[in-house]
Amino acid sequence: MKALQILIDGFAISSLYGLGAIGFTLIFGVSGVLNLSHGAIMVTAAVIAWAAAGSLHLGPYLGALCGVLASLAMSFATYLLVVRPIQGSTRIPREEKEIFVLTGTLLWGIMIQEAIAYAFTSNPKTVLPLIPGVIYILGVRTPMQEILTAVVSWAAIGLLWLLVNRTRRGKVLLAASINPRGLTILGFELGDIHLFVWGLYGVLAGLAGVLLGAFLGVSSDNVGTLTASAFSIVVLGGLGSVTGSLVGAYVVGYLETITAYVVSPSIRTIPVLLLLVLVVYLRPQGLLGRR
Amino acid sequence: MARKSHKQALGVALAAALTLPICAAQAADPIKIGVIAEVSTISGAAIPKAARLAAEEINAAGGVDGRMIEIVEYDDHNSAADAVRAFQRAASQDKVHAVIASYVSEVVLALEPWSGRLKLPMITPGAASDVISQRVHDDYDHLKYTFHGYLASTFIADSVCDGLKVVGAEGLNMKSAVVMSEDAAWTIPLDAEYLKCLPKIGIKVLDHIRLSPDTTDFTPIFNKIEGLKPDVIVTGISHVGVQPTVQWHDQQVPIPMIGVSSQATSSTFYKDTNGATEGVIYQTVSAPEVALTPKMIPFTNAFVKKYGVTPAYCGYTSYDEVYYIADAIRRAGSTDPDKMVAALETTSWQGTIGKVEFHGRDSQFTHAMKVSPEFVSGLLVQWQNGKQVTVWPSAVANGKITFPSFVKLPGK
Repeated sequence: MKALQILIDGFAISSLYGLGAIGFTLIFGVSGVLNLSHGAIMVTAAVIAWAAAGSLHLGPYLGALCGVLASLAMSFATYLLVVRPIQGSTRIPREEKEIFVLTGTLLWGIMIQEAIAYAFTSNPKTVLPLIPGVIYILGVRTPMQEILTAVVSWAAIGLLWLLVNRTRRGKVLLAASINPRGLTILGFELGDIHLFVWGLYGVLAGLAGVLLGAFLGVSSDNVGTLTASAFSIVVLGGLGSVTGSLVGAYVVGYLETITAYVVSPSIRTIPVLLLLVLVVYLRPQGLLGRR
Repeated sequence: MARKSHKQALGVALAAALTLPICAAQAADPIKIGVIAEVSTISGAAIPKAARLAAEEINAAGGVDGRMIEIVEYDDHNSAADAVRAFQRAASQDKVHAVIASYVSEVVLALEPWSGRLKLPMITPGAASDVISQRVHDDYDHLKYTFHGYLASTFIADSVCDGLKVVGAEGLNMKSAVVMSEDAAWTIPLDAEYLKCLPKIGIKVLDHIRLSPDTTDFTPIFNKIEGLKPDVIVTGISHVGVQPTVQWHDQQVPIPMIGVSSQATSSTFYKDTNGATEGVIYQTVSAPEVALTPKMIPFTNAFVKKYGVTPAYCGYTSYDEVYYIADAIRRAGSTDPDKMVAALETTSWQGTIGKVEFHGRDSQFTHAMKVSPEFVSGLLVQWQNGKQVTVWPSAVANGKITFPSFVKLPGK
C-alpha cells in the first residue's frame, strides 16, 4: 500500500519537476543562460493564478490562464530587461558576460521574490484545484488534481517534443542549441529565436508554477528552493539535454518521495543533494549531457 | 527714555523667545513606541496595524497627559538578526520608550537580552514560548524589561485540552490522538504539555510528530497519521498553515484537526486556502462577533473598517499593549525604564481579550500573562462556510460543531 502511494505521489511530483526543468534546460541549451530567477517566475505564475481566481473572481481556469500569461510576461521581462542588455553590452568583457548574466538573473529573482512578498505577503497561496475531489487508484486515495498534474505535465512535454522534432520552428530551436553561428550563416535571425525560446520557457514555467500552486501551494519563500531544485535536476540530467532533464526529474522526484515516506519528510532533499555532489564528482556532464 | 523701554521690551521678548520653545517642546514631546514585526506574514501584519489604530484612538482622546503616541514601525523580515538590528536602532537612534515585538518566539528570545542590555521595555503580542518568562524569573535584575503579552505555550496547551475535554472527549467520544506540531521554539513546551494533559482528559496519544517548518509536501505525514487511525489530530502550527490545511482538505484526510493554528485566526485564511480550512478547529483568545469583553467587538469592527480584514490574534494583543503601555506611563508619571517596569508589573487592564495582569517574581513564569477565566482564557473556533464560529466555551459559543463530509468521526 505504501509502495503504491509512493509510486503515485512520486510520479506526480516528478512530472511537475520535469516540466519546470525542461524549461530551465531549454533556456540554457538555446540561449546559454542559467536563469536563476526560474523559481521566481514559477511562483509569480502561481500567485497571480491564485489572485486572479480569488480576488478577481475569475474562477480556476481563467485564473490559471492569467498565471501562465503573467509568467510569460515575466519571462520576456527577464530576457529583455536583464539578459539581453548584459549580453549585448560592449563594456563587459566577453569572458565575464555569463557570470554577469547569472548574477543578474539571481538578483532579478530576489527582486521578484521581495515584490511578491510585499504585495501578497509570504504566506503560501494555493491555486484553486482545476478538478476537485479524490479518486481511488487500487485502493490509494489520490486527489484528482494530482492526476491532472501528471497528465498536463506530460501533455506539455509531448507537445514540446512535437514542436522540436516535427515543426520547422522547433528544428531551428534545436539547431540554435547546437550551433548558433552556423544558423546565422544560414540567414536565420537569432534574436527572433531567442524571443521564441524565452516565450516557450515562460509558458512551461508558468504551467509548472500553476500546477505546483494547486498541488502543494507556493510562497515567495519557496523561490530559492525551486530554482535550486531545477538546477540540481538539470545538472544531474545533463545541462542542455531535454531528455536528461526528464530523467533527472524522475530520479529526483522519486528519491525525494521515497525519503519522505520511508525515512522522514524533514530530510527529503538531503539524498538529492548528496546525489548531486556524487554526480558532479564522478560524471560532471550529467547522465545525458553533451558538453 | 526710548532706549530704556527698548531694552526692556527686548529683554521681555528675549525671555519669552527662550522659554516658549521649551514649553512647546515639553508639551509636544511624543511617547514613541517601536513596533518590530514580520510584516510580510498574515499574523505579523496585524501587529503594526493594530498598534497604529490604538495610537490614533489615544491621540484623538488627548494622548497621555497631553503627549501624543508615535508608532515607529520596523519590518524584521522573519529574521532574528534583522529584529535585533531594528531593536538597536529603535533604542539608540529613534529613542523609543517601549517596543512591541513580534509573534515569533525565536525572534523574541533573541531580543530579550537586548531589552535587558539597553534597558528598553519590550512586550510581545504573539510569541508563545515559556522560556521568555522563565528567563525573566531566572535573571530578574537584567531581564525584567521583558513582558510576555500573550499566553505561554503551556497555558495554550492547557486551554486546548480544556476545550477538547468538552467538545472532543465528551462531545464526540474521541479516545485517541496524534500530536502534529511544527518544530519550533514555541512548540517545545506546547507539545510537552499536550502529552501530559491529553491523557488526563481520556485521550491517548498514539504518536507525536514534529515537522520541519520548511515542509511543503505533507502527504507522507498525513499518510503516516492515517495509518495510526487516531480520532483527532491535535495541532501546533503557526509558521505553516496554508499548505497542511489545503493538503488535508485536498487529500480528504478523514481525521479532524483541532488545536493551535495561528494563521487560521485571520479572516484572510479562508481565501488563502480557497476554503480548505472548512471544519478546522483552532484555539484562540478572540473571535468575530463574540463579546468576550466589551472591547472585543468595537476593536474588531474598527480594524475591519480601517484595514478591510479581521485582525489576526496578535492584533488584539498589540492593540491592548499600546493602551496599557500608555497606562503604565501615565501611572508612573515618567518614561524612565525602571519606573515603567514597576508600573507595568502592577498592570490590571481590561483589554480586548480579557483582564491583563502579569505574574510576579514569585511565579516561575515572571511577567507572563495570567491565564484563567478571570483574566485571559481561550476559545475554540471553527471555520464554517467562510465564517469563524465559536464552539467552546458554551457560554459564548455561537454555533455547533460540524465537519466536512470526508471527516469520519468515532462512532458513539
